[in-house]
Amino acid sequence: MSGAFTKSMARNIFYGGTVFFFLLFLALSFDTLSQLPKRDMRANMTPQIAEGKKLWEVNNCIGCHSLLGEGAYFAPELGNVIVRYGEEGTKAFIQSRPKEGIPGRRSMPQFNFTDEQLDAIVAFLKHVNSINTNNWPP
Amino acid sequence: MQYKSQAVAKPYFIAAIGLFVGQILFGLILGLQYVLGDFLFPAIPFNVARMVHTNLLIVWLLFGFMGGAYFLIPEESETELFSPKLALVLFWVFLVAGALTIVGYLAVPYATLAELTGNNLLETMGREFLEQPLPTKLGIVVVALAFLFNITMTVLKGKKTAISLVLLIGLWGLAVFFLFSFYNPANVVLDKFFWWWTVHLWVEGVWELILGSFLAFVLIKTTGVDREVIEKWLYVIVTLTLITGIIGTGHHYFWIGTPEYWQWWGSIFSALEPIPFFAMTVFAFNMVNRRRREHPNKAAVLWALGTGVMAFLGAGVWGFLHTLAPVNYYTHGTQITAAHGHMAFYGAYAMVNLMMISYAMPIINGRAANSNKSQVLEMWAFWLMTVAMVFITLFLTAAGILQVWLQRVSDTPLPFMVAQDKIALFYWMREWAGVAFLIGLILYITSFFVGGDEEKAA
Repeated sequence: MSGAFTKSMARNIFYGGTVFFFLLFLALSFDTLSQLPKRDMRANMTPQIAEGKKLWEVNNCIGCHSLLGEGAYFAPELGNVIVRYGEEGTKAFIQSRPKEGIPGRRSMPQFNFTDEQLDAIVAFLKHVNSINTNNWPP
Repeated sequence: MQYKSQAVAKPYFIAAIGLFVGQILFGLILGLQYVLGDFLFPAIPFNVARMVHTNLLIVWLLFGFMGGAYFLIPEESETELFSPKLALVLFWVFLVAGALTIVGYLAVPYATLAELTGNNLLETMGREFLEQPLPTKLGIVVVALAFLFNITMTVLKGKKTAISLVLLIGLWGLAVFFLFSFYNPANVVLDKFFWWWTVHLWVEGVWELILGSFLAFVLIKTTGVDREVIEKWLYVIVTLTLITGIIGTGHHYFWIGTPEYWQWWGSIFSALEPIPFFAMTVFAFNMVNRRRREHPNKAAVLWALGTGVMAFLGAGVWGFLHTLAPVNYYTHGTQITAAHGHMAFYGAYAMVNLMMISYAMPIINGRAANSNKSQVLEMWAFWLMTVAMVFITLFLTAAGILQVWLQRVSDTPLPFMVAQDKIALFYWMREWAGVAFLIGLILYITSFFVGGDEEKAA
Protein backbone atom coordinates (compact mmCIF):
# COMPACT_ATOMS: atom_id res chain seq x y z
CA MET A 1 0.00 0.00 0.00
CA SER A 2 1.39 3.35 -1.00
CA GLY A 3 2.10 6.22 1.36
CA ALA A 4 -0.86 8.22 0.11
CA PHE A 5 -3.26 5.81 1.77
CA THR A 6 -2.82 6.47 5.47
CA LYS A 7 -3.87 4.56 8.54
CA SER A 8 -6.42 7.18 9.51
CA MET A 9 -8.02 6.92 6.07
CA ALA A 10 -8.23 3.16 6.53
CA ARG A 11 -9.76 3.67 9.97
CA ASN A 12 -12.37 6.08 8.64
CA ILE A 13 -13.35 3.68 5.88
CA PHE A 14 -13.66 0.94 8.49
CA TYR A 15 -16.02 2.91 10.69
CA GLY A 16 -17.98 4.42 7.79
CA GLY A 17 -18.25 1.14 5.87
CA THR A 18 -19.29 -0.83 8.92
CA VAL A 19 -21.97 1.63 9.94
CA PHE A 20 -23.29 1.92 6.38
CA PHE A 21 -23.55 -1.81 5.79
CA PHE A 22 -24.96 -2.50 9.23
CA LEU A 23 -27.70 0.07 8.62
CA LEU A 24 -28.38 -1.47 5.22
CA PHE A 25 -28.63 -4.87 6.92
CA LEU A 26 -31.07 -3.43 9.45
CA ALA A 27 -33.17 -1.94 6.64
CA LEU A 28 -33.30 -5.28 4.81
CA SER A 29 -34.15 -7.05 8.07
CA PHE A 30 -36.91 -4.58 8.77
CA ASP A 31 -38.37 -5.19 5.32
CA THR A 32 -38.11 -8.95 5.87
CA LEU A 33 -39.96 -8.72 9.17
CA SER A 34 -42.76 -6.85 7.42
CA GLN A 35 -43.01 -9.57 4.73
CA LEU A 36 -42.73 -12.57 7.03
CA PRO A 37 -46.41 -12.80 8.09
CA LYS A 38 -47.29 -13.83 4.50
CA ARG A 39 -44.59 -16.50 4.48
CA ASP A 40 -44.26 -17.93 8.00
CA MET A 41 -47.98 -18.79 8.33
CA ARG A 42 -48.20 -17.17 11.76
CA ALA A 43 -51.94 -16.78 11.31
CA ASN A 44 -52.23 -20.54 11.81
CA MET A 45 -50.15 -20.54 14.97
CA THR A 46 -51.77 -22.42 17.89
CA PRO A 47 -50.68 -23.21 21.46
CA GLN A 48 -50.33 -26.81 20.30
CA ILE A 49 -47.77 -25.81 17.66
CA ALA A 50 -45.87 -23.78 20.24
CA GLU A 51 -45.91 -26.80 22.56
CA GLY A 52 -44.60 -28.94 19.70
CA LYS A 53 -41.75 -26.53 19.11
CA LYS A 54 -40.90 -26.65 22.79
CA LEU A 55 -40.83 -30.46 22.72
CA TRP A 56 -38.66 -30.26 19.62
CA GLU A 57 -36.25 -28.06 21.57
CA VAL A 58 -36.10 -29.72 24.98
CA ASN A 59 -35.43 -33.09 23.39
CA ASN A 60 -32.65 -31.57 21.29
CA CYS A 61 -34.00 -33.00 18.04
CA ILE A 62 -31.73 -30.58 16.15
CA GLY A 63 -28.76 -32.51 17.57
CA CYS A 64 -29.33 -35.25 14.95
CA HIS A 65 -31.89 -33.91 12.48
CA SER A 66 -32.04 -30.81 10.33
CA LEU A 67 -35.08 -28.55 10.10
CA LEU A 68 -35.26 -26.48 6.94
CA GLY A 69 -31.70 -27.63 6.37
CA GLU A 70 -30.33 -26.34 9.66
CA GLY A 71 -29.08 -28.60 12.40
CA ALA A 72 -27.14 -31.85 12.34
CA TYR A 73 -26.83 -34.15 9.35
CA PHE A 74 -26.91 -37.46 11.20
CA ALA A 75 -30.60 -38.08 10.64
CA PRO A 76 -33.10 -37.01 7.95
CA GLU A 77 -34.49 -33.54 7.31
CA LEU A 78 -37.82 -33.11 9.09
CA GLY A 79 -39.23 -30.00 7.44
CA ASN A 80 -40.99 -32.30 4.99
CA VAL A 81 -41.37 -35.44 7.10
CA ILE A 82 -45.15 -35.10 7.23
CA VAL A 83 -45.24 -35.31 3.44
CA ARG A 84 -42.99 -38.35 3.44
CA TYR A 85 -44.45 -40.29 6.39
CA GLY A 86 -47.88 -38.80 7.00
CA GLU A 87 -49.11 -37.71 10.41
CA GLU A 88 -49.88 -41.20 11.71
CA GLY A 89 -46.74 -42.64 10.16
CA THR A 90 -44.61 -40.03 11.89
CA LYS A 91 -46.19 -40.75 15.26
CA ALA A 92 -45.86 -44.50 14.78
CA PHE A 93 -42.17 -44.12 13.91
CA ILE A 94 -41.39 -42.04 16.98
CA GLN A 95 -43.33 -44.44 19.23
CA SER A 96 -41.75 -47.59 17.91
CA ARG A 97 -38.07 -46.76 18.51
CA PRO A 98 -36.48 -49.57 20.52
CA LYS A 99 -35.10 -48.44 23.87
CA GLU A 100 -31.75 -50.12 23.36
CA GLY A 101 -31.38 -49.05 19.75
CA ILE A 102 -30.95 -51.21 16.66
CA PRO A 103 -27.76 -53.31 16.55
CA GLY A 104 -25.21 -51.75 14.20
CA ARG A 105 -27.55 -49.00 13.04
CA ARG A 106 -28.18 -45.36 13.86
CA SER A 107 -31.24 -45.21 16.04
CA MET A 108 -33.49 -42.56 17.48
CA PRO A 109 -33.87 -42.69 21.26
CA GLN A 110 -37.19 -43.76 22.76
CA PHE A 111 -38.64 -40.57 24.28
CA ASN A 112 -41.82 -42.08 25.80
CA PHE A 113 -44.02 -39.25 24.56
CA THR A 114 -47.67 -39.13 25.59
CA ASP A 115 -50.35 -39.00 22.88
CA GLU A 116 -50.84 -35.26 23.45
CA GLN A 117 -47.12 -34.69 23.08
CA LEU A 118 -47.03 -36.66 19.84
CA ASP A 119 -49.95 -34.62 18.54
CA ALA A 120 -48.10 -31.41 19.40
CA ILE A 121 -44.90 -32.54 17.70
CA VAL A 122 -46.79 -33.49 14.57
CA ALA A 123 -48.67 -30.18 14.62
CA PHE A 124 -45.35 -28.35 14.83
CA LEU A 125 -43.81 -30.35 11.97
CA LYS A 126 -46.91 -29.84 9.89
CA HIS A 127 -46.68 -26.12 10.53
CA VAL A 128 -43.01 -26.05 9.48
CA ASN A 129 -43.96 -27.88 6.31
CA SER A 130 -46.41 -25.10 5.47
CA ILE A 131 -43.77 -22.34 5.57
CA ASN A 132 -42.87 -20.78 2.22
CA THR A 133 -39.25 -21.92 1.83
CA ASN A 134 -38.76 -21.02 -1.84
CA ASN A 135 -39.37 -24.68 -2.74
CA TRP A 136 -36.67 -26.12 -0.55
CA PRO A 137 -35.91 -29.04 -0.06
CA PRO A 138 -35.38 -30.27 -3.64
CA MET B 1 7.01 -10.43 29.81
CA GLN B 2 6.57 -6.65 29.89
CA TYR B 3 3.67 -6.53 32.35
CA LYS B 4 3.21 -8.84 35.30
CA SER B 5 -0.56 -9.03 34.89
CA GLN B 6 -0.22 -10.61 31.44
CA ALA B 7 0.41 -13.85 33.31
CA VAL B 8 -3.33 -14.23 34.06
CA ALA B 9 -3.57 -15.50 30.49
CA LYS B 10 -1.84 -18.73 31.47
CA PRO B 11 -4.72 -20.58 33.19
CA TYR B 12 -6.98 -19.51 30.31
CA PHE B 13 -4.61 -21.05 27.78
CA ILE B 14 -4.24 -24.26 29.78
CA ALA B 15 -8.02 -24.61 30.12
CA ALA B 16 -8.45 -23.90 26.41
CA ILE B 17 -6.09 -26.72 25.47
CA GLY B 18 -7.70 -29.09 27.96
CA LEU B 19 -11.17 -28.46 26.56
CA PHE B 20 -9.78 -28.74 23.02
CA VAL B 21 -8.70 -32.30 23.86
CA GLY B 22 -12.23 -33.05 25.08
CA GLN B 23 -13.66 -31.61 21.88
CA ILE B 24 -11.50 -33.86 19.71
CA LEU B 25 -12.30 -37.00 21.75
CA PHE B 26 -16.01 -36.38 21.31
CA GLY B 27 -15.39 -35.66 17.64
CA LEU B 28 -13.94 -39.15 17.33
CA ILE B 29 -16.99 -40.62 19.09
CA LEU B 30 -19.27 -38.80 16.64
CA GLY B 31 -17.23 -39.92 13.66
CA LEU B 32 -17.53 -43.50 14.84
CA GLN B 33 -21.28 -43.17 15.39
CA TYR B 34 -21.56 -42.13 11.76
CA VAL B 35 -20.39 -45.59 10.72
CA LEU B 36 -21.25 -47.74 13.74
CA GLY B 37 -24.64 -46.31 14.47
CA ASP B 38 -25.15 -48.04 17.82
CA PHE B 39 -21.76 -47.06 19.27
CA LEU B 40 -22.35 -45.93 22.90
CA PHE B 41 -26.13 -45.94 22.33
CA PRO B 42 -28.20 -45.25 24.37
CA ALA B 43 -25.65 -44.04 26.97
CA ILE B 44 -24.30 -41.21 24.82
CA PRO B 45 -26.62 -40.67 21.85
CA PHE B 46 -25.29 -38.73 18.87
CA ASN B 47 -27.08 -35.51 19.78
CA VAL B 48 -25.46 -35.44 23.22
CA ALA B 49 -21.98 -36.14 21.89
CA ARG B 50 -22.46 -33.47 19.22
CA MET B 51 -23.57 -30.93 21.78
CA VAL B 52 -20.47 -31.67 23.85
CA HIS B 53 -18.26 -31.46 20.74
CA THR B 54 -19.59 -28.09 19.53
CA ASN B 55 -20.03 -26.52 22.96
CA LEU B 56 -16.52 -27.48 24.01
CA LEU B 57 -15.30 -25.86 20.80
CA ILE B 58 -17.10 -22.63 21.58
CA VAL B 59 -15.95 -22.60 25.20
CA TRP B 60 -12.30 -23.34 24.46
CA LEU B 61 -12.23 -20.69 21.76
CA LEU B 62 -13.73 -18.22 24.24
CA PHE B 63 -11.08 -19.21 26.80
CA GLY B 64 -8.47 -18.63 24.12
CA PHE B 65 -9.93 -15.24 23.16
CA MET B 66 -10.06 -14.12 26.77
CA GLY B 67 -6.58 -15.37 27.54
CA GLY B 68 -5.26 -13.78 24.38
CA ALA B 69 -6.93 -10.49 25.23
CA TYR B 70 -5.50 -10.53 28.76
CA PHE B 71 -2.05 -11.07 27.30
CA LEU B 72 -2.39 -8.58 24.44
CA ILE B 73 -4.19 -5.65 26.05
CA PRO B 74 -1.66 -4.72 28.77
CA GLU B 75 1.17 -4.82 26.25
CA GLU B 76 -0.71 -2.72 23.70
CA SER B 77 -2.02 -0.32 26.35
CA GLU B 78 1.42 -0.17 28.00
CA THR B 79 -0.09 -0.56 31.43
CA GLU B 80 -0.96 -3.33 33.86
CA LEU B 81 -4.34 -4.99 33.57
CA PHE B 82 -7.08 -3.09 35.44
CA SER B 83 -7.77 -6.04 37.73
CA PRO B 84 -5.82 -9.30 37.47
CA LYS B 85 -7.77 -10.58 40.44
CA LEU B 86 -11.09 -10.18 38.62
CA ALA B 87 -9.61 -12.02 35.65
CA LEU B 88 -8.65 -14.91 37.88
CA VAL B 89 -12.06 -15.06 39.58
CA LEU B 90 -13.79 -15.02 36.19
CA PHE B 91 -11.55 -17.83 35.04
CA TRP B 92 -12.82 -20.12 37.78
CA VAL B 93 -16.43 -19.04 37.34
CA PHE B 94 -16.30 -19.73 33.62
CA LEU B 95 -14.46 -23.02 34.02
CA VAL B 96 -16.84 -24.36 36.67
CA ALA B 97 -19.91 -23.19 34.71
CA GLY B 98 -18.56 -24.79 31.55
CA ALA B 99 -17.68 -28.05 33.30
CA LEU B 100 -21.06 -28.28 35.03
CA THR B 101 -22.81 -27.70 31.69
CA ILE B 102 -20.90 -30.52 30.02
CA VAL B 103 -21.56 -32.83 32.98
CA GLY B 104 -25.23 -31.88 32.76
CA TYR B 105 -25.34 -32.83 29.07
CA LEU B 106 -23.78 -36.21 29.79
CA ALA B 107 -25.42 -37.07 33.11
CA VAL B 108 -29.12 -36.50 32.51
CA PRO B 109 -31.45 -36.57 29.50
CA TYR B 110 -31.58 -33.16 27.85
CA ALA B 111 -35.30 -32.71 28.61
CA THR B 112 -34.59 -33.32 32.30
CA LEU B 113 -31.73 -30.81 32.19
CA ALA B 114 -34.09 -28.27 30.65
CA GLU B 115 -36.62 -28.94 33.37
CA LEU B 116 -34.05 -28.66 36.16
CA THR B 117 -32.38 -25.48 34.92
CA GLY B 118 -35.44 -23.31 34.49
CA ASN B 119 -35.99 -23.55 30.75
CA ASN B 120 -39.69 -23.09 31.52
CA LEU B 121 -38.97 -19.58 32.79
CA LEU B 122 -37.36 -18.55 29.53
CA GLU B 123 -37.17 -21.07 26.72
CA THR B 124 -33.76 -20.72 25.10
CA MET B 125 -32.48 -24.30 24.92
CA GLY B 126 -32.46 -26.88 22.17
CA ARG B 127 -31.26 -24.68 19.36
CA GLU B 128 -28.04 -25.63 17.57
CA PHE B 129 -24.90 -24.30 19.31
CA LEU B 130 -27.08 -22.42 21.82
CA GLU B 131 -28.05 -25.55 23.76
CA GLN B 132 -26.67 -24.21 27.05
CA PRO B 133 -29.12 -24.14 29.99
CA LEU B 134 -30.36 -20.74 31.08
CA PRO B 135 -27.99 -20.40 34.07
CA THR B 136 -25.03 -21.09 31.77
CA LYS B 137 -26.23 -18.52 29.24
CA LEU B 138 -26.63 -15.96 32.01
CA GLY B 139 -23.20 -16.95 33.33
CA ILE B 140 -21.69 -16.33 29.91
CA VAL B 141 -23.23 -12.85 29.87
CA VAL B 142 -21.95 -12.03 33.37
CA VAL B 143 -18.46 -13.34 32.65
CA ALA B 144 -18.37 -11.54 29.30
CA LEU B 145 -19.45 -8.23 30.80
CA ALA B 146 -17.02 -8.41 33.71
CA PHE B 147 -14.26 -9.43 31.30
CA LEU B 148 -15.11 -6.53 28.97
CA PHE B 149 -15.16 -4.15 31.90
CA ASN B 150 -11.68 -5.29 32.88
CA ILE B 151 -10.29 -5.04 29.37
CA THR B 152 -12.00 -1.76 28.53
CA MET B 153 -10.81 -0.09 31.74
CA THR B 154 -7.28 -1.18 30.94
CA VAL B 155 -7.45 0.35 27.47
CA LEU B 156 -9.02 3.52 28.82
CA LYS B 157 -6.25 4.09 31.33
CA GLY B 158 -3.50 3.26 28.84
CA LYS B 159 -2.52 3.76 25.25
CA LYS B 160 -5.17 3.21 22.61
CA THR B 161 -3.84 1.42 19.55
CA ALA B 162 -5.67 0.27 16.43
CA ILE B 163 -5.09 -3.34 17.50
CA SER B 164 -6.68 -2.88 20.89
CA LEU B 165 -9.58 -0.88 19.44
CA VAL B 166 -10.36 -3.53 16.83
CA LEU B 167 -10.09 -6.22 19.49
CA LEU B 168 -12.44 -4.31 21.78
CA ILE B 169 -15.00 -3.86 19.03
CA GLY B 170 -14.78 -7.57 18.29
CA LEU B 171 -15.20 -8.56 21.93
CA TRP B 172 -18.03 -6.12 22.59
CA GLY B 173 -19.73 -7.36 19.44
CA LEU B 174 -19.35 -10.92 20.70
CA ALA B 175 -21.17 -10.02 23.92
CA VAL B 176 -23.87 -7.93 22.26
CA PHE B 177 -24.77 -10.46 19.57
CA PHE B 178 -24.88 -13.27 22.14
CA LEU B 179 -27.91 -11.51 23.62
CA PHE B 180 -29.97 -12.73 20.66
CA SER B 181 -29.61 -16.24 22.08
CA PHE B 182 -32.22 -15.20 24.66
CA TYR B 183 -34.78 -14.42 21.98
CA ASN B 184 -36.68 -17.56 21.05
CA PRO B 185 -40.19 -16.89 19.76
CA ALA B 186 -42.64 -19.72 19.05
CA ASN B 187 -42.57 -18.60 15.41
CA VAL B 188 -39.84 -20.85 14.03
CA VAL B 189 -38.96 -18.52 11.13
CA LEU B 190 -38.36 -15.58 13.46
CA ASP B 191 -36.43 -17.87 15.77
CA LYS B 192 -34.15 -18.95 12.94
CA PHE B 193 -33.84 -15.42 11.56
CA PHE B 194 -32.42 -14.01 14.81
CA TRP B 195 -30.55 -17.17 15.76
CA TRP B 196 -28.19 -16.24 12.94
CA TRP B 197 -27.63 -12.83 14.50
CA THR B 198 -25.69 -14.66 17.16
CA VAL B 199 -24.21 -17.46 15.08
CA HIS B 200 -23.35 -15.76 11.81
CA LEU B 201 -22.51 -12.34 13.17
CA TRP B 202 -20.13 -14.08 15.55
CA VAL B 203 -18.17 -16.33 13.25
CA GLU B 204 -18.39 -14.34 10.02
CA GLY B 205 -18.39 -10.97 11.75
CA VAL B 206 -17.02 -9.89 15.09
CA TRP B 207 -14.88 -12.97 15.74
CA GLU B 208 -12.91 -12.09 12.62
CA LEU B 209 -12.02 -8.80 14.31
CA ILE B 210 -10.59 -10.75 17.22
CA LEU B 211 -8.75 -12.97 14.76
CA GLY B 212 -7.39 -9.96 12.85
CA SER B 213 -6.17 -8.14 15.94
CA PHE B 214 -4.46 -11.24 17.39
CA LEU B 215 -2.76 -11.86 14.05
CA ALA B 216 -1.66 -8.23 13.73
CA PHE B 217 -0.28 -8.27 17.28
CA VAL B 218 1.78 -11.41 16.79
CA LEU B 219 3.03 -10.19 13.40
CA ILE B 220 4.22 -6.90 14.89
CA LYS B 221 6.06 -8.76 17.62
CA THR B 222 7.61 -11.47 15.50
CA THR B 223 8.47 -9.54 12.33
CA GLY B 224 9.36 -6.12 13.66
CA VAL B 225 7.52 -4.54 10.71
CA ASP B 226 6.39 -0.97 11.36
CA ARG B 227 3.19 -0.71 13.40
CA GLU B 228 1.77 1.88 10.98
CA VAL B 229 1.93 -0.62 8.12
CA ILE B 230 0.45 -3.50 10.10
CA GLU B 231 -2.38 -1.48 11.57
CA LYS B 232 -3.30 -0.08 8.17
CA TRP B 233 -3.58 -3.65 6.91
CA LEU B 234 -5.66 -4.55 9.94
CA TYR B 235 -8.15 -1.79 9.24
CA VAL B 236 -8.42 -2.78 5.58
CA ILE B 237 -8.99 -6.44 6.50
CA VAL B 238 -11.65 -5.78 9.11
CA THR B 239 -13.37 -3.31 6.78
CA LEU B 240 -13.57 -6.00 4.11
CA THR B 241 -14.78 -8.48 6.73
CA LEU B 242 -17.70 -6.42 7.91
CA ILE B 243 -18.84 -4.94 4.61
CA THR B 244 -19.04 -8.44 3.14
CA GLY B 245 -19.93 -10.39 6.26
CA ILE B 246 -22.82 -8.39 7.69
CA ILE B 247 -25.04 -8.63 4.64
CA GLY B 248 -23.43 -11.99 3.93
CA THR B 249 -25.75 -13.20 6.72
CA GLY B 250 -28.22 -13.39 3.85
CA HIS B 251 -26.70 -16.67 2.66
CA HIS B 252 -28.55 -18.27 5.59
CA TYR B 253 -31.83 -16.70 4.55
CA PHE B 254 -32.36 -18.62 1.31
CA TRP B 255 -34.64 -21.43 2.50
CA ILE B 256 -35.94 -20.71 5.98
CA GLY B 257 -39.07 -18.80 5.08
CA THR B 258 -37.42 -15.44 4.41
CA PRO B 259 -38.08 -13.49 1.18
CA GLU B 260 -36.49 -14.45 -2.15
CA TYR B 261 -34.43 -11.29 -2.44
CA TRP B 262 -32.01 -12.68 0.14
CA GLN B 263 -30.87 -15.10 -2.55
CA TRP B 264 -29.36 -12.10 -4.36
CA TRP B 265 -28.08 -10.18 -1.35
CA GLY B 266 -26.78 -13.32 0.33
CA SER B 267 -25.13 -14.77 -2.77
CA ILE B 268 -23.41 -11.57 -3.83
CA PHE B 269 -22.12 -10.42 -0.46
CA SER B 270 -21.12 -13.83 0.82
CA ALA B 271 -19.34 -14.52 -2.47
CA LEU B 272 -17.13 -11.58 -1.46
CA GLU B 273 -16.46 -12.99 2.02
CA PRO B 274 -13.31 -14.87 0.88
CA ILE B 275 -11.66 -11.51 0.07
CA PRO B 276 -10.86 -10.49 3.65
CA PHE B 277 -9.51 -13.98 4.31
CA PHE B 278 -7.35 -13.77 1.21
CA ALA B 279 -6.14 -10.37 2.37
CA MET B 280 -5.24 -11.95 5.70
CA THR B 281 -3.11 -14.58 3.98
CA VAL B 282 -1.36 -11.99 1.82
CA PHE B 283 -0.90 -9.84 4.92
CA ALA B 284 0.72 -12.60 6.96
CA PHE B 285 3.10 -13.68 4.20
CA ASN B 286 3.94 -10.11 3.23
CA MET B 287 4.81 -9.09 6.76
CA VAL B 288 6.89 -12.21 7.39
CA ASN B 289 8.77 -11.64 4.12
CA ARG B 290 9.46 -8.04 5.05
CA ARG B 291 10.57 -8.94 8.57
CA ARG B 292 13.23 -6.81 10.17
CA ARG B 293 14.21 -9.33 12.79
CA GLU B 294 14.49 -13.07 13.24
CA HIS B 295 12.21 -13.89 16.11
CA PRO B 296 13.38 -17.04 17.91
CA ASN B 297 9.79 -18.34 18.11
CA LYS B 298 9.52 -19.99 14.70
CA ALA B 299 6.53 -22.04 15.76
CA ALA B 300 4.41 -18.96 16.46
CA VAL B 301 5.27 -17.55 13.02
CA LEU B 302 4.27 -20.87 11.46
CA TRP B 303 0.88 -20.74 13.21
CA ALA B 304 0.43 -17.14 12.01
CA LEU B 305 1.07 -18.10 8.39
CA GLY B 306 -1.00 -21.26 8.83
CA THR B 307 -4.05 -19.52 10.19
CA GLY B 308 -4.05 -17.13 7.23
CA VAL B 309 -3.89 -19.92 4.68
CA MET B 310 -6.27 -22.32 6.41
CA ALA B 311 -8.84 -19.66 7.22
CA PHE B 312 -8.81 -18.64 3.58
CA LEU B 313 -9.22 -22.24 2.43
CA GLY B 314 -11.76 -23.30 5.04
CA ALA B 315 -13.85 -20.20 5.46
CA GLY B 316 -13.15 -18.55 2.11
CA VAL B 317 -12.87 -21.27 -0.53
CA TRP B 318 -15.01 -23.95 1.13
CA GLY B 319 -17.54 -21.31 2.06
CA PHE B 320 -17.73 -19.99 -1.48
CA LEU B 321 -18.15 -23.54 -2.77
CA HIS B 322 -21.76 -23.69 -1.56
CA THR B 323 -22.73 -20.10 -0.90
CA LEU B 324 -24.39 -19.21 -4.21
CA ALA B 325 -28.14 -19.76 -3.90
CA PRO B 326 -28.55 -22.06 -6.96
CA VAL B 327 -25.77 -24.31 -5.63
CA ASN B 328 -26.93 -24.04 -2.02
CA TYR B 329 -30.38 -25.21 -3.06
CA TYR B 330 -28.83 -28.65 -3.48
CA THR B 331 -26.08 -28.58 -0.85
CA HIS B 332 -27.99 -26.96 2.04
CA GLY B 333 -28.00 -29.22 5.09
CA THR B 334 -25.55 -31.81 3.76
CA GLN B 335 -22.03 -32.95 4.56
CA ILE B 336 -20.76 -30.08 2.40
CA THR B 337 -21.70 -27.77 5.25
CA ALA B 338 -19.95 -30.06 7.73
CA ALA B 339 -16.80 -30.04 5.58
CA HIS B 340 -16.78 -26.24 5.45
CA GLY B 341 -17.50 -25.91 9.15
CA HIS B 342 -14.61 -28.13 10.19
CA MET B 343 -11.91 -26.46 8.16
CA ALA B 344 -13.20 -22.94 8.75
CA PHE B 345 -13.31 -23.27 12.53
CA TYR B 346 -9.94 -24.97 12.67
CA GLY B 347 -8.26 -22.61 10.21
CA ALA B 348 -9.66 -19.37 11.51
CA TYR B 349 -10.31 -19.77 15.21
CA ALA B 350 -8.52 -22.85 16.50
CA MET B 351 -5.30 -21.90 14.74
CA VAL B 352 -5.34 -18.24 15.73
CA ASN B 353 -5.72 -19.28 19.36
CA LEU B 354 -2.92 -21.81 18.99
CA MET B 355 -0.82 -19.02 17.44
CA MET B 356 -1.45 -16.75 20.41
CA ILE B 357 -0.72 -19.54 22.87
CA SER B 358 2.43 -20.43 20.97
CA TYR B 359 3.63 -16.82 21.10
CA ALA B 360 2.57 -15.97 24.64
CA MET B 361 3.19 -19.10 26.70
CA PRO B 362 7.01 -19.10 26.45
CA ILE B 363 7.04 -15.40 27.36
CA ILE B 364 4.76 -15.98 30.35
CA ASN B 365 7.15 -18.77 31.35
CA GLY B 366 10.03 -16.32 31.24
CA ARG B 367 11.65 -16.94 27.86
CA ALA B 368 11.35 -15.46 24.37
CA ALA B 369 10.79 -18.85 22.82
CA ASN B 370 10.82 -22.51 23.68
CA SER B 371 13.83 -24.72 23.02
CA ASN B 372 14.51 -25.80 19.51
CA LYS B 373 13.50 -29.34 20.38
CA SER B 374 10.15 -28.21 21.73
CA GLN B 375 9.51 -26.02 18.70
CA VAL B 376 10.33 -28.81 16.28
CA LEU B 377 7.77 -30.99 18.02
CA GLU B 378 5.20 -28.19 17.98
CA MET B 379 5.75 -27.72 14.25
CA TRP B 380 5.27 -31.44 13.68
CA ALA B 381 2.02 -31.11 15.59
CA PHE B 382 1.08 -28.15 13.40
CA TRP B 383 1.58 -30.13 10.23
CA LEU B 384 -0.07 -33.28 11.48
CA MET B 385 -3.18 -31.51 12.75
CA THR B 386 -3.41 -29.25 9.71
CA VAL B 387 -2.94 -31.99 7.13
CA ALA B 388 -5.37 -34.21 9.05
CA MET B 389 -7.93 -31.41 8.97
CA VAL B 390 -7.41 -31.00 5.22
CA PHE B 391 -8.19 -34.69 4.79
CA ILE B 392 -11.19 -34.57 7.13
CA THR B 393 -12.50 -31.76 4.97
CA LEU B 394 -11.77 -33.52 1.69
CA PHE B 395 -13.46 -36.75 2.81
CA LEU B 396 -16.51 -34.87 4.08
CA THR B 397 -16.63 -32.95 0.81
CA ALA B 398 -16.55 -36.19 -1.15
CA ALA B 399 -19.28 -37.60 1.10
CA GLY B 400 -21.26 -34.40 0.62
CA ILE B 401 -21.04 -34.39 -3.15
CA LEU B 402 -22.15 -38.02 -3.27
CA GLN B 403 -24.93 -37.32 -0.78
CA VAL B 404 -26.22 -34.42 -2.86
CA TRP B 405 -26.13 -36.56 -5.96
CA LEU B 406 -27.68 -39.71 -4.53
CA GLN B 407 -30.30 -37.97 -2.45
CA ARG B 408 -31.25 -34.89 -4.42
CA VAL B 409 -29.98 -34.76 -7.99
CA SER B 410 -30.08 -38.24 -9.56
CA ASP B 411 -33.08 -39.45 -11.54
CA THR B 412 -33.99 -41.85 -8.76
CA PRO B 413 -33.34 -39.98 -5.48
CA LEU B 414 -32.59 -42.28 -2.55
CA PRO B 415 -33.91 -41.87 0.99
CA PHE B 416 -31.52 -40.22 3.45
CA MET B 417 -30.39 -43.36 5.28
CA VAL B 418 -29.92 -45.39 2.10
CA ALA B 419 -27.66 -42.67 0.74
CA GLN B 420 -25.77 -42.53 4.07
CA ASP B 421 -24.98 -46.24 3.88
CA LYS B 422 -23.60 -45.84 0.38
CA ILE B 423 -21.11 -43.16 1.40
CA ALA B 424 -19.94 -44.88 4.60
CA LEU B 425 -16.48 -45.45 3.11
CA PHE B 426 -15.81 -41.71 3.23
CA TYR B 427 -16.98 -41.52 6.83
CA TRP B 428 -14.50 -44.24 7.70
CA MET B 429 -11.70 -42.31 6.04
CA ARG B 430 -12.77 -39.16 7.85
CA GLU B 431 -12.56 -41.05 11.14
CA TRP B 432 -9.01 -42.19 10.41
CA ALA B 433 -8.05 -38.63 9.53
CA GLY B 434 -9.56 -37.69 12.89
CA VAL B 435 -7.28 -40.21 14.61
CA ALA B 436 -4.32 -38.56 12.86
CA PHE B 437 -5.57 -35.21 14.17
CA LEU B 438 -5.64 -36.58 17.71
CA ILE B 439 -2.05 -37.83 17.35
CA GLY B 440 -1.11 -34.31 16.23
CA LEU B 441 -2.83 -32.89 19.27
CA ILE B 442 -0.98 -35.30 21.57
CA LEU B 443 2.32 -34.20 19.99
CA TYR B 444 1.26 -30.59 20.51
CA ILE B 445 0.69 -31.12 24.21
CA THR B 446 3.91 -33.10 24.52
CA SER B 447 5.79 -30.11 23.10
CA PHE B 448 4.99 -28.15 26.27
CA PHE B 449 6.88 -30.68 28.35
CA VAL B 450 9.98 -30.90 26.19
CA GLY B 451 12.75 -28.80 27.72
CA GLY B 452 16.26 -28.45 26.36
CA ASP B 453 19.20 -26.30 27.40
CA GLU B 454 19.00 -23.71 24.68
CA GLU B 455 15.94 -21.89 26.02
CA LYS B 456 16.53 -18.25 25.38
CA ALA B 457 15.97 -15.72 28.12
CA ALA B 458 13.23 -13.18 27.52
